Amino acid sequence: MPEAAAAESGGGGKTARETARETARETDAPFVSVRGLAHYFDVSKPWLNRTLEGAPRLILKAVDGISFDIPRGKTFALVGESGCGKSTVARCVVGLYRPSAGTVRLDGIDMASLKSRREIMPLRRRLQMIFQDPYASLNPRWRVSAIIAEPIVAHRLMTDRKAIRARVDELLRQVGLTPEDGVKYPHEFSGGQRQRVSIARALASNPEFLVCDEPTSALDVSVQAQILNLMKDLQKELGLTYLLISHDLAVVYNFADEVGVMYLGRLVESGATEALFGAPRHPYTRMLLDAIPDLEMSGRARVPVAGEVPDPIDPPSGCTFHPRCPHADARCRREAPETITVDGIRLACHGIEEGRIAAVARGKA
Amino acid sequence: MAQPLLSVENLRVEFPTRHGTLVAIDDTSFHIDEGEILGVVGESGAGKSITGMSIIGLLDPPGRIAGGRIHLDGQRIDNLSYEQMRRIRGKKIGAIFQDPLTSLNPLYTIGRQLVETILTHSEMSRARARKRAVELLVEVGIPAAERRFDSYPHQFSGGMRQRVVIALALCANPRLIIADEPTTALDVSVQAQIIALLKTLSREHGTAVMLVTHDMGVIAETADRVAVMYAGRLAEIGPVQEVIQRPKHPYTVGLMGSIPTIGHRIERLIQIEGAMPRLTDIPTGCAFNPRCPKAFDRCRVERPELIPVETSEAACWLYDREREVARA
Repeated sequence: MPEAAAAESGGGGKTARETARETARETDAPFVSVRGLAHYFDVSKPWLNRTLEGAPRLILKAVDGISFDIPRGKTFALVGESGCGKSTVARCVVGLYRPSAGTVRLDGIDMASLKSRREIMPLRRRLQMIFQDPYASLNPRWRVSAIIAEPIVAHRLMTDRKAIRARVDELLRQVGLTPEDGVKYPHEFSGGQRQRVSIARALASNPEFLVCDEPTSALDVSVQAQILNLMKDLQKELGLTYLLISHDLAVVYNFADEVGVMYLGRLVESGATEALFGAPRHPYTRMLLDAIPDLEMSGRARVPVAGEVPDPIDPPSGCTFHPRCPHADARCRREAPETITVDGIRLACHGIEEGRIAAVARGKA
Repeated sequence: MAQPLLSVENLRVEFPTRHGTLVAIDDTSFHIDEGEILGVVGESGAGKSITGMSIIGLLDPPGRIAGGRIHLDGQRIDNLSYEQMRRIRGKKIGAIFQDPLTSLNPLYTIGRQLVETILTHSEMSRARARKRAVELLVEVGIPAAERRFDSYPHQFSGGMRQRVVIALALCANPRLIIADEPTTALDVSVQAQIIALLKTLSREHGTAVMLVTHDMGVIAETADRVAVMYAGRLAEIGPVQEVIQRPKHPYTVGLMGSIPTIGHRIERLIQIEGAMPRLTDIPTGCAFNPRCPKAFDRCRVERPELIPVETSEAACWLYDREREVARA
């Protein structure tokens, strides 16, 4: 059982990963590359209503042209308010949704080019997803050991039952549980432990890329710290690449190497975490950062943000942020901004392009 | 000092089950003054919501108050009948829950719900009640209140719905508002608006607020004092600045450290090992002792009571020892 032996050493499929790394170096492409990704939902009324009442077709542009890269072993985070499309991006990236436009490349392979199940399966093994709600994402009728073994069985990574058991035990240990926990059912665990089970299941197929959709949002802060630390340790140990979806800017700040701020299906600002949070440029990013409750109580007046996310079915004209933006002018209302790069930060804002808005360094008070 | 608006003394809440009696809240005392916001924090299962529910008398059966006393405005309220309590709820105590959709009836317009609540608690004509309802909507910051009066809950966004729920809670000018995770279901940007609103209301009407949340950031911005709960008991209670900046109880120290902040990036967040004990097997002595880095022999045998440290109080033997040393 060479597979199990390799897994035992902690470097699960080390040789496979190394070869993959070499190919990546050859092509010199980032490990995950998303280009012009878009996903539209048809939210029109049924055909009969459209015919009889003349109801129009309604298209909801949940994701509208998003591009980003994630280098191997790094974490890219998407942040934004609810309804901005971040979860839709995650689902497109793992292939749960078929993108309406654009490409998602994993290790240079265009996911849309793979048609048959036989072609897709090897790629699927290399990416896994962790969901927000550990109560809904684990089958309540299965024992934890069966839940964790499922990807191994589904991808036919091992067939020997003893080998599978050894691998499951090892995975349980890896996420901070004990092999004895394998015989339990999900309801016997707390939220944090369930999320550990989800992580163990995700790791079972030796993936290289994990898409984590709000992995700690349902957890208490102290448990959140445990899970985030575990995810960081696993990243270092196994060389994992993460796409993190979160609404919590503080989590993103401490966890991600690069961050993209989404608003109504578009990236308004993206770049290295430290640089972006240190000197936010886009008015929306600034607004989000200002809205965070201040633990240090520096006396900084928290600016209650005016307005809410507009209806995505009928988004505002021009720059979709203009109704909430304090710097908006006629051009913002008319014309959608192109993405520009300033000091390594990619952003879409007329005000910054014209030099009307300057970056504000956020001093630690 | 005048007597506090709400005082909870030695509260004990039990849940009799087939496998024995679970003690969800054990010997917990605190008070809230008029116009004061008391934040209550803790992990899920620490007993924060149950404390709130026992004050408004909405404990889910078989849960029951097994000991202690609750006084509101000088009146004892923990031993009232359901009917008597129903009169106090809404009139003297308003409640705001996490999910605004479950607090609103989807089949009635928000205007109708407000008017009916107002008429239940005070005698006035329908027209005057309607006027009052519109005033309330304006006060909680609903734009074009007059026009939105006849809208249904589903026509509002999450933040706006929570405003409507707050308006509902305010209908009878309550003395105390119990807000159980009022901002948890909302986005940060909207959260700030709701918090600002709660603060203004408390200041302007002298309403006392018990703000139950797991979000320390919200507490830091809103509360005057904060109570930290662990396994059904108070671990620490004190002025918000002191608890956040100089936490006393090792649990509070761990809790504060585990919160990621923006400004100083750290490789690893501080984590408290293990998990909160289940109510079925709360350790003897201090409930936190198996996870506590500073636990010593006494912690494993004897249960600590709240001990004054600086201007706050902590249920931790560390401070008892210090006091003795100081006295010697």
